[in-house]
Amino acid sequence: MAARIITVTSGKGGVGKTTTTANLAVALAMANQKVVCLDADIGLRNLDVVLGLENRIVYDVVDVVEGRCRVRQAMIRDKRLPELYLIPAAQTRDKSAVSPSDMIRLCEELSSEVDFILIDSPAGIERGFKNALAAADTVLVVTNPEVSAVRDADRIIGLVEAEEKGPAKLILNRMNFGMVKRGDMLAPEDILDLLAIELIGIVPEDEHVLISTNRGMPVALDPTSRAGIAFHNISRRLQGETVPFMDMDEKSSFFSKLGKLFGPGGN
Amino acid sequence: MVDRVSNGIQIKGTRDGLMVTLDEKIAWETLKESLLAQMSERAAFFQGAKVVLEIGNRVITGEQLGKLKDDLAAIGISFWAVLSQSAATEESAQTLGLATRIHTRPVERTGSKSLDSYLEGEQAIFLRKTLRSGFKVASHGHIVILGDVNPGAEIIAGGSIIVWGRLRGIAHAGAEGNEDAVVCALDLSPTQLRIADYVSISPQRKGKTQPEVAYIENQQVVAEPWVIKEH
Repeated sequence: MAARIITVTSGKGGVGKTTTTANLAVALAMANQKVVCLDADIGLRNLDVVLGLENRIVYDVVDVVEGRCRVRQAMIRDKRLPELYLIPAAQTRDKSAVSPSDMIRLCEELSSEVDFILIDSPAGIERGFKNALAAADTVLVVTNPEVSAVRDADRIIGLVEAEEKGPAKLILNRMNFGMVKRGDMLAPEDILDLLAIELIGIVPEDEHVLISTNRGMPVALDPTSRAGIAFHNISRRLQGETVPFMDMDEKSSFFSKLGKLFGPGGN
Repeated sequence: MVDRVSNGIQIKGTRDGLMVTLDEKIAWETLKESLLAQMSERAAFFQGAKVVLEIGNRVITGEQLGKLKDDLAAIGISFWAVLSQSAATEESAQTLGLATRIHTRPVERTGSKSLDSYLEGEQAIFLRKTLRSGFKVASHGHIVILGDVNPGAEIIAGGSIIVWGRLRGIAHAGAEGNEDAVVCALDLSPTQLRIADYVSISPQRKGKTQPEVAYIENQQVVAEPWVIKEH
């Protein structure tokens, strides 16, 4: 069976593309899917760091494209999840080392061997983005509830449509529902209203994400964390399941009720 | 594209290309010079256009037509058909390989007049889509968008702009100096609004949105709610 090829992109940097790619890969692998992550951010790789596989890199995507090794040799197998692989980006080269047709060829080769290919796109709309988009059959656009991130997401969605890869699906990352309630953050409805594409997941702001990222242990490995649950939900939606959206409101009011029970100051 | 009539030359965009109608009372050489001047002035716009020349009863020699064909070709415009009531002119056009009949638009016989209730209208472009950040639509005529215009998108029209949706990007109507141009939207909240040479920034909206129209009044851009007029 041919693999699903999913590109995670955003336009703006720092909104959580790499974290999303890593966590979706982990969540899919935990659901017994065979997954390969492909880091398309050549020159600024860090998917390997987030997955905790940095010290095992021997060959990278540029070595594969330039014929210095076979694809299998560049696939690093994750020790925690045997169905999860990473093909790292090269660090000493730049985006021009790979072309969109190289990416298509590489994904075609991988397609028969795995269930999912997740491509981590670099920020920006130039060559690296085009490389990451070339082979995709599904595009996930990650954004934060910030005006600038939403603006860039809008641009990216337009470019994805222009490449006839659309309609892209949206992941709202780092949502802080307390702030939305106080009117200090863009509400999901406002963002969806503007971007007008299908929402596939909302990931709440969760400090576990940063902690786990720094340790190279994606948060999805811990299915009790709120962000981890959100990534597992997205992975299930990608596999065709209908999963209701986490009711963040319910959760926070639950906590605030707890807070009230235990006196002021708690939340 | 808006119809233009100047110096006895009317230029109209049709399915068959640019329909150029020449006033019979003005000398051929004068018309030819001003036609070439008009077209080369906006060469970028007319580039690649196909021209149909409507010259009425006037008799034009093959040599005259040939010269015009060469001059137009030099500025990237192809001259492909001549509509004339003169058999001699048709003959000279045919020897040059120019068409003398076009299918979709029969030659209007002199003297025939269109009904008073029939309006030609003006040229506009229509787009049914959401214009996202980084996208731009430009036209010498009017622009009609059925969809939203998001922040970071731009619309530039020689004529007016109508957005059946939210206008939150940049809109420039009357970009070629037409101060009568207007901008209408169901939700008029552009990042910036320009009409001809006037620029304005939308004030922060209070209350609920409603359709609005913006135009120039006393040298400034004003916007007011669109009300259905009682006639």
